[in-house]
Amino acid sequence: MSTTANVTANTKVKKMKSDSLWRSAFRRLRKNKMAMLGFFILIFMFLFSFIGPYLSPYLDAKISVRDANKPPSAEHWLGTDKLGRDMLLRLMEAGRISLLVGIVATSIIVIIGGTIGALAGFYGKWVDTLFMRFADIMYAIPTLPILITLGAIFSDLKVPPDSRIYYVMFIIGIISWMGLARLVRSQILSLKEQEFMLANEVLGIRDRRKIFRHLLPNTIPIIIVSATLWVANAILLESALSYLGLGVIPPTPSWGQMLSTANNMIDFKMRPWLWIPPGVCILLTVVSINFIGDGLRDALDPKQKR
Amino acid sequence: MANTLLEFRNLKTYFYTEAGVVKAVNDVSFSIREGETVCVVGESGCGKSITAMSLMRLIPSPPGKIEGGEILYQGKDLLKLKDGEMRMLRGNEISMIFQEPMTSLNPVLKIGEQIMEPLIEHKFLSKREARQKAIELIEQVGIPRAAEIVDAYPHELSGGMRQRIMIAIALSCDPKLLIADEPTTALDVTIQAQILDLLRRLKQERNMSLMLITHDLGVVAEMADYVVVMYAGKVIEQAPVKEIFKNPRHPYTKGLLKAKPIIGQRTTRLYNIPGMVPNPIGLGDNCHFSDRCEHCMEICLTKQPQLKEDANGSKVACWLYEGEGA
Amino acid sequence: MSEQLLEVKDLKKYFPIKAGVFQRTVGHVKAVDGVSFTVKRGETLGLVGESGCGKSTVGRTIVRLYDKTEGSVLYKGQDIHELPKKELRKLRPKMQLVFQDPFSSLNPRLKVGESIGEALVDHGFCSPSEMREKVLTVLDICGLAPYHYDRYPHEFSGGQRQRIGIARALILKPDFIVLDEPVSALDVSIQAQIINLLTDLQERQELTYLFISHDLSVVEHICTKVAVMYLGSMVEMASRDELFNHPLHPYTKALLSAVPIPDPTLKRERIILQGDIPSPANPPKGCKFHTRCPLATDICREQVPEFRDMGGNHFVACHLV
Repeated sequence: MSTTANVTANTKVKKMKSDSLWRSAFRRLRKNKMAMLGFFILIFMFLFSFIGPYLSPYLDAKISVRDANKPPSAEHWLGTDKLGRDMLLRLMEAGRISLLVGIVATSIIVIIGGTIGALAGFYGKWVDTLFMRFADIMYAIPTLPILITLGAIFSDLKVPPDSRIYYVMFIIGIISWMGLARLVRSQILSLKEQEFMLANEVLGIRDRRKIFRHLLPNTIPIIIVSATLWVANAILLESALSYLGLGVIPPTPSWGQMLSTANNMIDFKMRPWLWIPPGVCILLTVVSINFIGDGLRDALDPKQKR
Repeated sequence: MANTLLEFRNLKTYFYTEAGVVKAVNDVSFSIREGETVCVVGESGCGKSITAMSLMRLIPSPPGKIEGGEILYQGKDLLKLKDGEMRMLRGNEISMIFQEPMTSLNPVLKIGEQIMEPLIEHKFLSKREARQKAIELIEQVGIPRAAEIVDAYPHELSGGMRQRIMIAIALSCDPKLLIADEPTTALDVTIQAQILDLLRRLKQERNMSLMLITHDLGVVAEMADYVVVMYAGKVIEQAPVKEIFKNPRHPYTKGLLKAKPIIGQRTTRLYNIPGMVPNPIGLGDNCHFSDRCEHCMEICLTKQPQLKEDANGSKVACWLYEGEGA
Repeated sequence: MSEQLLEVKDLKKYFPIKAGVFQRTVGHVKAVDGVSFTVKRGETLGLVGESGCGKSTVGRTIVRLYDKTEGSVLYKGQDIHELPKKELRKLRPKMQLVFQDPFSSLNPRLKVGESIGEALVDHGFCSPSEMREKVLTVLDICGLAPYHYDRYPHEFSGGQRQRIGIARALILKPDFIVLDEPVSALDVSIQAQIINLLTDLQERQELTYLFISHDLSVVEHICTKVAVMYLGSMVEMASRDELFNHPLHPYTKALLSAVPIPDPTLKRERIILQGDIPSPANPPKGCKFHTRCPLATDICREQVPEFRDMGGNHFVACHLV
């Protein structure tokens, strides 16, 4: 009896390896040329920022006023800044800071936003109302003015430059989690109504298992896409802040901060090597992250059966 | 004997996908005469819907492409027509209704507007004339209070009523051929009976040809004059309806007929065709049904049987019948 | 004399309709409006009807996927809807549900073997290391191969996915399985395979089924007792042969005559009902079927008919019988 049943079902012999949704998504991503381009540019920026400095002959150089403001040459590929530091090296070190802020701030957003969204979506009722009204209040707080105010406060309090970047990361994180929370919540709400969740109810599966084995894994694609785009956002925010002198301040370099040399008319007109490179770096990084984010969104969309 | 209205000749429609080439319609030939109801039967993936879509030239292209063959409508090859010429035929002389009445109507337009569209496009009626005709059509398809319905929106109607509206739209320009792709599959059985009854009546009144695509053999028995059975993109048997049910030749047709439980004719165990429909990619030059056929012979595994005419106007593509018949 | 597994008494399930800015309840969709029946061990009760008749809702309310509005569902004498959450959870393995759409009822990101065995581990019936073996056993019973354990739902055909759904219910060793249109989404030749599987399993494992379907020919094949529903109420219930050979209710007769028979030579007197199925949010007064019934009289429009036993356990709700 079961052998005939076996014959009926097994006639279709699968020779291929099993294809999880992740693997097929990965395949689709690889096919997306823009996303792959973005990916390679981003890898380059990471290597540039984190490994690059060790390849620079100027790593332990001291400030040298004699060498100040030199245009690009064979010794200094991107010239020097007003304190004689090699621009290329500064650029790389700045990259480290900018990328780090992007990643850490985004991690905070994912942790806070993801948890709140998941709990609100799953438990609903008063839990949902509580969390979402809290999010609404947070939303009402205008981002840039707050960041600027906090930046001014930090300057006033003479917070040491090194710890300032941690404050910046932290603050960007805690005022930006609401969007992701809403996204996660709505995804969980729609997932809850899906038949496989009803099936879990009938099987008598416990709540904790439902959240961690069923709901969250199906929410991860949305979180990944959102997080990717937030990295870009955070980098831009940090650049804006540092440009205004309220984020990372010298001597800690950041691309945004290096951009602020454009404020000075002379530097702007006569020394383009001071502000064009950081601008280009920000552009390349943010654009490549956006390409990757778009590619991920298309690749992880299960409705596209390709 | 009535004239041939439509003829499929060696139609080939392929889909080029990431995983390979899907030969959705692979050398299909059959004809539809004036005033005849031809039922195209088969299970999912056999290519029956794609055949109809090829006729209407609605194949999404990429990834699909009509690779060869001819579709002769009143002698003219539809595949050679320009886009504009084809559009003039669609909704006008050749109409189509689909399976899902829920999504086939535009939710933001009133019913009347949707019926009036083809009338204004093809028959050049004025708005007032078209509205009058629309009300008449709504009555003809058996919906009461037509004057109110003409101003209603699709979401206010039930599935059965929406399907009737679809039929009204399709019939508005008096087509010679109506293609119905699984028109009652999504409907309840009592509503299905109503819709089939309606189609039969309208077809007779207008002497229209009907190409009915379905997987339900009961519907075939009720509606068809002629039956075309498809499997894996090919026609494996075609015959007048009484022949097919009385004397099925192809093992697949026999299997289909045996597998369906019939009220009043109970068996202890349902006959089932072992195995599954083959993967449409990478089909070889053997008989596509060979791995599930209980009469499979050596030759079935190596060569494709061709559709050959048998006695009584039926055609079958099977090595069991090669050497027999006319 | 078989034991009585399930007793449903006057079950009602209403869904509130909310409207307006404050989401006030303006009405109710009376999906199930007073349904009573019993199922003995080993029986297969078929529940037939068209859209809006409430058969799916009955199935889901019986396993307490939905909380009842009124009435009682007694499983082996215990009212399921009165049980606290913890007790209910313990009882769940005994009463399982197989869904209509085999694709959406499986988590697309889990391996099929994990989907099947998960509940077993979660209830503590076996340890995670034993799970694989138990799943392989049930895969074999349901006609699937061992290597299917590691595959994902989208890699299977419709028929195979339904086998997976059945396996998932079966592994918990239930007494009672509600099958909600288990073969409606499948091709005819695959339907036959699944129906044969269900019959075999019933014999081997002494299962009791509630088979919900709109397809009368399938119901006639597999069920021992059949109940017909219309707009939330049961209109007729009898043993299978009795219902198909001697239908009493006009709706049952119309339903039977509407089923297309694959025999072109058969000429039947077809009863074609007029009009559409009314909305369950606004059912007709009196006998709900009177708006479409060819035999409706005044009393039908006023009074709700009682669901009476006409003899030999053949129940009908009609004034004219």
